[in-house]
Amino acid sequence: MTIDSQQQTTSKFRWGEMDEDDDFDFLLPPKQVIGPDENGLKKTIEYKFNDEGNKVKITTRTRVRKLASARLNKRAMERRNWPKFGDAANEEAGSHLTMVSTEEILLERPRAPGTKADESKATGDGLSQLGKGGAVLMVCRICHKKGDHWTSKCPYKDLAATTDAFIDKPPTGDSSTMSAAPGTGKAAYVPPSMRAGADRSAVGSDMRRRNDENSVRVTNLSEDTREPDLMELFHPFGAVTRVYVAIDQKTGVSRGFGFVNFVSREDAQRAINKLNGYGYDNLILRVEWATPRPT
Amino acid sequence: MRPILMKGHERPLTFLRYNKDGDLLFSCAKDHTPTLWFADNGERLGTYRGHNGAVWCCDVSRDSSRLITGSADQTAKLWDVKSGKELFTFKFGSPTRSVDFAVGDHLAVITTDYFVDRMAAIHVKRIAEDPEDQVSDSVLVLQCPDGKKRINRAVWGPLNQTIVSAGEDTVIRIWDTETGKLLNETNEEVGHKKAITSLCKAADDSHFLTGSHDKTAKAFFQLWDMRTLTLIKTYTTGVPVNAVAMSPLLNHVVLGGGQDASAVTTTDHRAGKFEAKFYDKILQEEIGGVKGHFGPINALAFNPDGKSFSSGGEDGYVRLHHFDSDYFNIKI
Repeated sequence: MTIDSQQQTTSKFRWGEMDEDDDFDFLLPPKQVIGPDENGLKKTIEYKFNDEGNKVKITTRTRVRKLASARLNKRAMERRNWPKFGDAANEEAGSHLTMVSTEEILLERPRAPGTKADESKATGDGLSQLGKGGAVLMVCRICHKKGDHWTSKCPYKDLAATTDAFIDKPPTGDSSTMSAAPGTGKAAYVPPSMRAGADRSAVGSDMRRRNDENSVRVTNLSEDTREPDLMELFHPFGAVTRVYVAIDQKTGVSRGFGFVNFVSREDAQRAINKLNGYGYDNLILRVEWATPRPT
Repeated sequence: MRPILMKGHERPLTFLRYNKDGDLLFSCAKDHTPTLWFADNGERLGTYRGHNGAVWCCDVSRDSSRLITGSADQTAKLWDVKSGKELFTFKFGSPTRSVDFAVGDHLAVITTDYFVDRMAAIHVKRIAEDPEDQVSDSVLVLQCPDGKKRINRAVWGPLNQTIVSAGEDTVIRIWDTETGKLLNETNEEVGHKKAITSLCKAADDSHFLTGSHDKTAKAFFQLWDMRTLTLIKTYTTGVPVNAVAMSPLLNHVVLGGGQDASAVTTTDHRAGKFEAKFYDKILQEEIGGVKGHFGPINALAFNPDGKSFSSGGEDGYVRLHHFDSDYFNIKI
């Protein structure tokens, strides 16, 4: 076996004398390098003959990561090995004084003055039209988000059921009597949500009312903060039905506080726990229940 | 970019300085202990213990072997950078505000504040090679006309021929080192309107940058040509300027400021603009801002290789930023 491979490798290759049928088994395919992709993964495919003379394909996957390359001169290299002194003498290498920021900070280009003024004007108008359910700007009647979607396209359409339930709610006593009624006879029409055996449970009727008990007040907002920012910040904790940021009508800046209504109380509680004291746009947020905290 | 946050100081930062090789960063704060960090990953290397008051300024020799610090405890101290050992103490009768090594590191300029019956002054001391030989006599003492006004910064001019001083009296002065005579000063209309807080020399000493507080709530700071003292450029911000820095690589200038802690509740700004603002040095236009500090920025420094910079704030944090590649391609 070994003699064969030796012969193969040592024989001079003269392609003019080779027949077309000869296989070029002793030739190895070229090495392939699939360069580092955006994650830094590099794949190298090499072909070799192993000890038994078999052609072997070797695939190597490496991750190429570029550290902050410090091209240090000789003295700087020496300095890297200096012993720690002073207050640092007692600490281990993994000290938590130095940490990489969790936020990506960019060199923010300054906004042209024209665009900023337009932005604030638009939001001001939107808010004033909220009461009318203005058609000029898209205001969804369910979640009251301006300029995002029409009522029919509301992502919180499930809330529509609760609004209906709310409308029916005032005669609370009536609803219970009404559900009793179908049992006796088809005296009056009973909507599906209120029939006996309807999959509603107390949650359905209470959902709307509790929603305002799931209201969270956020204070110490920066002057640029608007509803979409709060929505983005709070929706990871659960479904948010409504966000509101108090805006000073004259200047168009935020008055520094706002409200977020969650669908579920637990989500609101989690949001309060996580976001109270959170640094957002260089201010420390205060997040708490909007009403006096119920027990 | 992802800045590296270094919380080694309990009190506000006052000054930051890189060494000439760009691998070490020295930070001074009001908490009495200047700290040494590695400039690439922000790892703390050591602290210099010995001062009894806020440390206002520091400078490091060209070979990064000696550190000089000026402190409010009325002393300036000379340290061995590697071991943290205190080599010598210059005693003054009043708090020291600014220190700067001369080219060659054989002289140092130290400014002192007004205190009781001592007027604010600029002292030049000779620095000996061997700390044993160090004497505390001043080679030269300069006095500004109004001795009651603080001299916030004093630096050496090109080739140590001049000393440039700037302070609370809003006037920038150029002194001759040999004779101690006042060579040049800025006048009322061209100069700053309020106290000058910071001064930064260009890498080649051909011009410098001063930052100042200003009554009009817009802070101007101007770039002066050292030899002849003419105003070259003016950069306007919306906030008082506490710190200035110039990029040694690109034509960028960085300003850091914010409000005085005491003024925050009385002014109607919702949140102080605590960002380091980048300006094009020649066009005088703002190119961007780097946010992140929770308090006014008091110190800025560029790494001599121009690829990173650090900022120190009232919040006690030092933020070390390594620039992304698109920073180097910024066009107005």
